[in-house]
Amino acid sequence: MDYASELIEKGKRIDGRKFDEFRAISLKEGIIKNAEGSARVKFGETEVVAGVKLELGTPFPDSPDQGILVVNAEFTPLASPDFEPGPPSEDAIELARIVDRGIRESKCIELEKLCLIPNEKVWCVFVDIHIINHQGNLLDASALASIAALRNAKIPKIENDKIIRGEFEKELPVVFKPINITVAKVGNNFILDPLLEEEEIAKAKLSISVRDDDKICAIQKQGSGIFKTEEIEKALELAIEKSKELRKLIK
Amino acid sequence: MPEVRPIVLPGELIEEKKGRKLGNNVYEENEKVFSKVLGIPKVTENEISVIPLAGVYFPRVGDKVIGIIREIEVAGWFVDINSPYIAFLPLAEAVEEYIDLSRADISKYYDVGDTIFCKISKVTKSMIVQVSMRGPSFKKLLGGTIIKITPSKVPRVIGKNGSMINLIKSKTDCKILVGQNGLIWIEGKEKAKAIEAILTIEKKSHIYGLTEEIEKMLMK
Amino acid sequence: MKEIELIKNGKRIDGREAEQMREIEMQVDVVSRANGSAQVKFGNTIVVASVYGPKELYPKYLREPETGILRCRYAMAPFSTEDRKTPGPDRRSIELSKVIRIAIEPAIFLEDFPKAVVDIFVEVLQADGSTRVTGINAASLALASAGIPLKDLICACSVGKIDNTLVVDLNGKEDNFSEADMSFAMLPSKDEITLLQMDGLLTKEEVMKLIEIAKRSCKEIYELQKRVLREKYKGE
Repeated sequence: MDYASELIEKGKRIDGRKFDEFRAISLKEGIIKNAEGSARVKFGETEVVAGVKLELGTPFPDSPDQGILVVNAEFTPLASPDFEPGPPSEDAIELARIVDRGIRESKCIELEKLCLIPNEKVWCVFVDIHIINHQGNLLDASALASIAALRNAKIPKIENDKIIRGEFEKELPVVFKPINITVAKVGNNFILDPLLEEEEIAKAKLSISVRDDDKICAIQKQGSGIFKTEEIEKALELAIEKSKELRKLIK
Repeated sequence: MPEVRPIVLPGELIEEKKGRKLGNNVYEENEKVFSKVLGIPKVTENEISVIPLAGVYFPRVGDKVIGIIREIEVAGWFVDINSPYIAFLPLAEAVEEYIDLSRADISKYYDVGDTIFCKISKVTKSMIVQVSMRGPSFKKLLGGTIIKITPSKVPRVIGKNGSMINLIKSKTDCKILVGQNGLIWIEGKEKAKAIEAILTIEKKSHIYGLTEEIEKMLMK
Repeated sequence: MKEIELIKNGKRIDGREAEQMREIEMQVDVVSRANGSAQVKFGNTIVVASVYGPKELYPKYLREPETGILRCRYAMAPFSTEDRKTPGPDRRSIELSKVIRIAIEPAIFLEDFPKAVVDIFVEVLQADGSTRVTGINAASLALASAGIPLKDLICACSVGKIDNTLVVDLNGKEDNFSEADMSFAMLPSKDEITLLQMDGLLTKEEVMKLIEIAKRSCKEIYELQKRVLREKYKGE
């Protein structure tokens, strides 16, 4: 058995944390001047930057009076020896889609307020996640960075159909702060904010996105292990409880 | 005598373990033995196993198989045995005489594409497989035709104590070698009839009265 | 967005009860060249799965010395949806390929075929909601009929909340207008959950209720799968 598993069996973790304890989290907003909104998040040594860019576009035909949300994630090769240059891997695509669902399903962005001309012109909100260092739990860090970036994002002024960058009309209407908590199962134990070494030995993970009113907006099981029904309920309760801690970090 | 039982499915309970050994294609949980595959359970007083009704060939020591030479190495050959695992035929297991490797071109014994009848002599845990030609029945197969059937149907083609295969051999006057790995070599004037019979057994192996049907087919 | 009534007088738009699945059809051995294959229909959703392997794995550096690996590809035929779907993997198909693999992997005894690979291909021929779970059901049948060593069959279904009602087996329209939809897969005889994906808005209690509904439906699907597999070998 590897070292991380041995410790967990004895109730300990490699870095001495409790099972439900997060690493030291740092969150800095508005760090990218050219982005309409941005945030840099660190969970211990895991570091993620999220940037929000607003562009003009045409709405989707089945939602003609709503703005558009696009979430993308780059697992840049500089962040880890396991990231290869090239098109996004299935892990990068999955991460972007999970963060997207947390934001979208929570209805935290008031997309109707982003409509300029119905059927013709709406704001497109691009959330781009850039991994800077991978030391485990990219998902929770990316989700936190994304919602923090959205919360400090501002809508630029428009003059004669052109976006005037650097001058802002108002804040992006973001009314909820969905938080993603990943619960990793090692043996029969649940640990939060897994380190890279812990992720590698976790047979299964449950990623849960929780809204401010404790409603669950997204769930994704990951890994090739299994969950018993009672474990799912326990994980949901843990996620709801812990999401409140992380939510306090966002303005 | 192991009783004939109805088919089990993956995950289905066969019996309580009761101290017996676990054979092929079963697993144990809480002293209960379950099947891993679609197949027929074989329960004796010493062992519980399942004979699969489908699946690829997994080499077992002692199996006689038909293989095709794929690559020539310095001191042996790689042999395709119709399995996810390639087998190696060491020079010493294939040729009796002394060979000076610095001068010899061993392809003159077996060349790429040659068909051989051999036996599985070694299988390691990481599935490194070795075959051997030691023994009078093992040789290069010249002429004739090779057909491939699902490995799990081989017992049906052979029949109880060889009854089915001997029936086909005698009625068609053909030489037939059956590999446990699903490859079968047939030679003789009426080999088309023999091949048809074998393929029919493969297709209809689950039907009662198959022996009679094959007999009728071979009479024509 | 148009508001459509998904539940009228207690019945769904296709006449079903809340906890009623669509008509299910299952067949095995639909792809003769594959080691195992199956086609499963849930109402108008039609999915084919085929399994190749265990077989030699290339490139060699992907080989694991002590276990086999599972590869999975989910794809939708261009004609499967109302608007033609451009052929080739899109982001959703790539994610679903991963999701289906992790739903199935817990059932497979990978250590029984070290260094080798089992490939699963899931093709959606007609899409009317719940394609990934239909694909998982088809893959389960394909794996069993290919003789791949399994801990149990894998059963899957979709559940969700439409017009404030908890329902099972969402069709395309219901999926589009649902308040929440959840994909669920399990190993029925072990009571082990291998897939849980949800998006929408649900309380924790609603999530647990939906899981109970899904488990009941999976038990029904289990019986159907077993029947189809036994039929194949009637008389053996």
